[in-house]
Formats: sequence, C-alpha cells, structure tokens
Amino acid sequence: MTLLSVEGLAVSLGGRAVLQDVSLTVDKGEVVGLIGPNGAGKTTLMRAILGILPHHGHSSLAQLPPRARGRAAAWMPQSREIAWPVSVETLVALGRTPHLAPGQRASAEDRAAVDHALERMGLQEFRHRIATALSGGEQARVLMARALAQDAPLLMADEPIAGLDPAHQISTMRAFASLAGEGQAVIVSLHDLGLGVRHCTRLIVLDQGRIVADGAPTSVLTPALLRDIFGISAWFETTPQGAVFQPLEVLE
Amino acid sequence: MPRGVAPFMSGSMHSSRSILGFALTGGLLCCAPVIAADMARAEVPARVVSMNLCTDQLAMMLAAPGQLRSVSFLASDPRSSAMADEAKAYPANRGQAEEIYLMQPDLVVAGAYTSRATVALLQRLGVRVEIFAPVTALDDVPAQIARMGDVLGQQDKAAEVIATYEADLKAFQQESGRSPTAVLYEANGYTPGAQSLSGQILATAGFTNLANEAAYAWGGNMPLEVLVMKAPEAVITSRPYPGGSRAEDILSHPALRATQDRRADASVSDSDWVCGTPYVLRAVAQMVSLRHTLINGED
Amino acid sequence: MRLYVILLILMGTLFGVALMIGPAGIAPLDSLHALILGGDGPMTLVMREIRLPRALLALMIGAALGMSGAAMQGYLRNPLADPGLIGVSGSAALGAVIAIQTGIAATTTLALPVSALAGALIGVVLVLMLAGPRGGSLTLILAGIAISALAGALTSLVLNLSPNPFAANDIVFWMMGSLADRSMTHVWLALPLIVVGLGMLALMRRGLDALTLGEDAAQAMGINLVQLRLLLVFGTACVVGASTAVAGAIGFVGLVVPHMLRGWVGARPGRLLWASALGGAVMLLAADIVVRVILPMRDLKLGVVTALVGAPLFLHLIYRTRRGL
Repeated sequence: MTLLSVEGLAVSLGGRAVLQDVSLTVDKGEVVGLIGPNGAGKTTLMRAILGILPHHGHSSLAQLPPRARGRAAAWMPQSREIAWPVSVETLVALGRTPHLAPGQRASAEDRAAVDHALERMGLQEFRHRIATALSGGEQARVLMARALAQDAPLLMADEPIAGLDPAHQISTMRAFASLAGEGQAVIVSLHDLGLGVRHCTRLIVLDQGRIVADGAPTSVLTPALLRDIFGISAWFETTPQGAVFQPLEVLE
Repeated sequence: MPRGVAPFMSGSMHSSRSILGFALTGGLLCCAPVIAADMARAEVPARVVSMNLCTDQLAMMLAAPGQLRSVSFLASDPRSSAMADEAKAYPANRGQAEEIYLMQPDLVVAGAYTSRATVALLQRLGVRVEIFAPVTALDDVPAQIARMGDVLGQQDKAAEVIATYEADLKAFQQESGRSPTAVLYEANGYTPGAQSLSGQILATAGFTNLANEAAYAWGGNMPLEVLVMKAPEAVITSRPYPGGSRAEDILSHPALRATQDRRADASVSDSDWVCGTPYVLRAVAQMVSLRHTLINGED
Repeated sequence: MRLYVILLILMGTLFGVALMIGPAGIAPLDSLHALILGGDGPMTLVMREIRLPRALLALMIGAALGMSGAAMQGYLRNPLADPGLIGVSGSAALGAVIAIQTGIAATTTLALPVSALAGALIGVVLVLMLAGPRGGSLTLILAGIAISALAGALTSLVLNLSPNPFAANDIVFWMMGSLADRSMTHVWLALPLIVVGLGMLALMRRGLDALTLGEDAAQAMGINLVQLRLLLVFGTACVVGASTAVAGAIGFVGLVVPHMLRGWVGARPGRLLWASALGGAVMLLAADIVVRVILPMRDLKLGVVTALVGAPLFLHLIYRTRRGL
C-alpha cells in the first residue's frame, strides 16, 4: 500500500532552484535511505514533502489538513531541540498532539501509546528523568520514542544518527527496520553510506536538487555513481555478515 | 500650584522666606527716612524688566507709563495671572539672560526662585537685579508692595494701593460666623497648609483648614482616602490645565466628586492665589461667599 | 491541581489584605462591613471607590502580565522574555500618552486603552521581527533595549511638549507604574481587553507545548504556527495595552512569575500559562501591599518594588545563560 506519493516536486529559494522535478513513491515495509552530498537538498526535499515548505508539484502528505498529516507521518527534524527541562514522559507524550482535539485531555489510548513507545526504546526507567539532563544518545532515543508515540504509518527522520556512538547508530537503524517489518515505512536521510547499505531496503540519491538514482543499494552504489556524485572510491561487497561498504579515497 | 514653573512664580509654599520678609520689613521701617532721601537723589529707573509672575503683576500695578518694558510670558496666561489682559500690552520674555540683556534694562525685578544662573549672569553683565522673596502671609503683602514702589520710584502710588489693601483686609478680618471645615486639593493630591498664602486666604475667609494636622501644616500630598475620611464641608480644587496629565486625574476621581457633591465645592484657578498682590483679596472674597452659601444652606 | 489551589488561596488572602490596608487607618472589620453592606458615610466611599478598584486592578493586571510573560517565553523558547523588558510595555505607554496629549482619549472612553493596544502591537511586532523565534537571547535583549529606549524617549518628548505644567513629571508614572488613586472607571476600562487577551493567550497552550520540540516538529504535528503567532501578538497587545493604559508600565512580573513557577508545572509551557496568571496576580497584590506599608502617605511606584525583586533575578538568569549568549 502506498504511504507516500510525490510528483514533480520543485522548490526554489531566493530565485535559485533547490529542488527540481522530484517524483517518488514509498510503500509499506520500506526503509528508504536518502543520500547525497552536502547541499544536495535532502532536508529541503523532506520538508517540502511534508508541506512545511512552499513548493510546486504534488505531495500526497502536503495535501492533508495539518492534524491529519500529523497522524499520517511523524517528522524528526535535524535539530534535536528540547527547549524546556521537561520529563521524558512529557516529551514522549507530545507525540500524541495530532491525536488530541483542541481542549481534549489525554485518554487511556494515548497513555498506552506513550507506554508502548517508551518500552520499545528501552526508556521505562527514564520515565521521570529530565530530558535535558540526559546524554546525547539517550536524548536521541527519547526523541525517537516521541515519533513512535505519534503512531503514524510513515516516519521521516533527518540525520537522526549524526553524532551518536556506533551502538546507538546501529540500534536506531535496527529500530527503523523493525518498524518497516511491522508494516510501516521509514524515510531517513544520512551520510553514513555503510549503515545505509546494511539497513535500508532502498536508496535514493539526490544531487543538486534532482534524483539521480533510486533502487536497491547494490544497484545504486555503482563505482561510476560514487565517482561522479560523491567523488570517492569505495570497497563494497556482500559478505557473510551482510553488505559492507567502506569509502576509501577521494577522487579528483 | 504647577511646581514645574517654580522659577517664575513666588509660590507660597516655602515659608522660611517669611523670616526674610519680616527682616526686610523691619529693615525698611528703620531706614525709611534715609531711603526716602536717597530715592529722591537716585534716578527713577526708566527701563524695567520683570522676570517673575508675581513681580510682573506688582510692577504692572505700580509702574509709570513707559517704565515697564517687558513681563514674563506667564503674566499673559489667564490661568496663572490675575492681570492677563494688562500683560498683553507688554512684550513677553522667557527669562533668558540673553534676551533680557538685549533689552538694555536699568532694573530687572525677579523672584527668589528665578534661575540663580540667569540672575548671576545678568549681575555680572552690570545689570541691577532686585530679588523679591515669595509672600506667605497676607500681612506681608503691604511690605512687598512698598518695596516694589521704592525700587520703581513710585512710592506714592504704592502707598495708595497699600492703604486700600489694608482697609479691605481689615473688613474681611472682622467677619464673624461659624467656621466650616475645608480642604484645598491640587494636582497630585497636594494640599497647602496653614503656613502658605493659600492657607492664609482660607483662614482669613473664615474656614478651618483641615490640612493643619501635624503632617500638613507646611503643605504635603494628602492621600485621597485621608481626605474622604476627614469629610470636609468644602473641598476647593484647582482647575485643570489644558492637555491631560495624570497628576490632575485625582481631581476628577469619583470618590472626590462624591465628597464634593454633598457639600459645597469650588474650583479655583491659580491666578488670584499664587502671588502676594492685592488680588489675594479677590480670592478671600470668593471664599467668603462660599462660606456664606454653606452657612445659609443650613438655615 | 494542588498548585492552582495554593495560588488561588494566596490570591484571595492577599486580595483581602489589600482591601484592609490604606493611609486612612480604618479598622479591618469596619472596612469589610462598609465594603459589603455599604451604608452612608465616607468609609463606604473609601472602600468601594478607592480600595476596591485598586485591589481589583492589582489582581487583573498581575494576571495579565504574568500570563503574557509565560506566553512570550514559551513562544520564543527563551526564559528572558518579559513584556516590560522587551519594550512592549514602553510602547503601550507611548500609545497611551499620545492619546491623552492629543485629546483623543477624551473623545470616547475606549480610545485610551485602544491607543495603548496599538502601541503594544507595534512593540510586539518589532520584537518578533528583530529577534525571530530563531534569534537567541542576545538578539532578544538588544531588541528590547532598542525598543524600550525609543519608546521611553518618545514618551518623554510628547510629555514635555504638553501645555500642561504637570505633564513632564508624569513620565515617572508611565515608566514605573502605579495603582494609586485609580477608580472603578479604570477597572471597567481595562477589564474587557484583559479578558479577551487572556483568552487568546490561553488558546496557545497546546501550541506552546508542541514548540518544545522546535518549530518544524511542532508544525509537522499539526500546529498552525501562523495562528499561534497571531494569538501571541494580539493577546499580548490586548493584555499589556489595557494594563499599561491604566497603571503605567510595570516590569518584571512576566519574568519573575514564570521563572518561579516553572519547576512546579514540570516546565511545561502550556500549563505555565494559567499558573503564571494566578502567580502574577499574587505578586502584584503583594507588591501593592508592600508599597502601601512602606510609605503609606506617599505614592511609591509599583515598578520600584517589582524591579527590586526582578532585576537581581534577571541578572542571575543572564549569568546562567551566559554561555548561550
């Protein structure tokens, strides 16, 4: 079942075309890795898809009314902002916002969703701790729990694993994969191509505002693409421990 | 009284000047014969400039035609000056040393609160400046008139004015009848006490000034609550100036209005009350008729 | 919730105390008797026309300033925001002074608070334009200094140009605030706009909570950021405009109250709104009582007391957030 369909999406900022003619669809069970060099437009694409950025073209998400959109997709922005020293429980409960009508109090169903999210991310003991007093890795887990509590079929995350230690990086990607296994879909933008090939079912490569490749990791990350788009050479093999990708040299 | 214009007005609030007034009177009386002789010999000033609201009015009253060349700009404001119409005949000055010096006066009369710097500058430039302290008692008015007469060389005219004044004052002082309670209330809740010209006017008219409790004998800000609780029989307020000000808001407070409603009220403009001139008797007359209204209303 | 109950009891108690304090020295029981049962005589007049409006205004304006401080802090995600500090009260005072001095205030009763509202509106819009929501503490403080300074200077200019000899000294009232000698007229003047403003600010509750995660995340969850900003702008303008028109600019209430209550509501900006309203009422009632106890015969400006409490706290907050500046 298609959770997202985008057609002819274009964004221009200050007269400059940042995104041009982007079309894609995302189905249940997919973990889509959005990759590309710095400045390719990955964040712009995701924000345009959500409709929080003015755009031309069509995005099925952007067309929904705001609260329905909040129930259809959960968005984890790059700046992992937590403005006030609230408890972990409070923060995760914020994910229920799209489900609450104005003036409506949290119901048992909402509390259950929060509990489930906390459990899933292993945060039960952290429930009453102050979110801003946690370490970076713990905070990332809390923010992810918030997205889970939102109970949306589509999860979109902008560089959620940047700055985390290897264990947290891998467990986050694994969490995405298990979500997809349950019938949801995940779009995640990242720079770490090694993790991308191991945990994503599909890679979309963005360069200068256009999609240059879209498909399974092995078919997308060809040496030609790596040289032309990323300017690097890499070692990419499927081993008994799964796919392994390691960038090697910078090519002129 | 608008305190912001203190330099131009001899306000009747600061009664330490009354000592100076008495000293002046005593000195004058002792030296009267000598001074008279001197004055006969000295020149009568031909170009006189006045820088102070109160000296303006005294000078206009006593000066010979053509003697007075300029009065302060306040003299033509009907709210502050009892002689606003007469003042229009004279050019107005704003008390700047430059403009006054350029008028080439041979005498400048000013108040005790005229800017010290301006007075000092004029004196340094060789101009004769006579300072007149504010009058705080009705009995001190004749001495003030006499001094102005001396300074202007118009002693005879001064003597006439003094005679009329003293006769009228005596007439008021012989009034009898009940003494109703009253309070004077001005912007910011200020009430002049007994030791002020306004307070004396009230007392001479036969009222009991409720501000004479210890805290207010020398004038002060009376909280509205205190005034309402004292329940004076008459509340006399000053008339608000043009343009708004929050300081004068209190004069239209509903509680004050309610206190006034059941009693006699009067709102007076500063012009007759502020300066030690014979016009204070006009203020006394106004208060006397107010008192009669009150007393007669009880019959 | 226990916090609300405590604050309500505190507010009620202070309201009662405020009614019983005054320079006239009336015995407490007599004063309450006069207030409630009325009757002829000056005591009723004092209680109903002088003390009651004063206590009511302290309550209303305290609530207004407390909630608008909490709303601004929640929206800007910055604990230093306060309508007095960032120049909104100063702009409102300018609007009010212009209305009075040009005589517009004398034409219709609502002209004065609406003018102050217009001034406050300009102030809030300027702050948002200058300090973003993305602007940090430094930009916010600088914007506040600029707007306060400009508004103060213009207010002083207008007052000095007045033909009224007392107007020039009114600047102290406008910049430091006072509830002395206010009447029920002022209560009725301020009440509608304060109620409307509080209502608008209270609607921001959910949006402010969601903003804890940042603007993008909040917007993606369905919060209408444009609407939120409009509620903030107009709500603050109504509430600060009405308060300043009647009592002058009183600062620091919107800074101190949310700061002190934040821990009690689990730092949730939405819950802080009504808590700050109650807390603000408590603070201003207390300040007005202090002012009358220290100098019963004079008019010590309210802003003096709130600044004595608030400015050290402000310095402390700046010190703590120095690294972020």
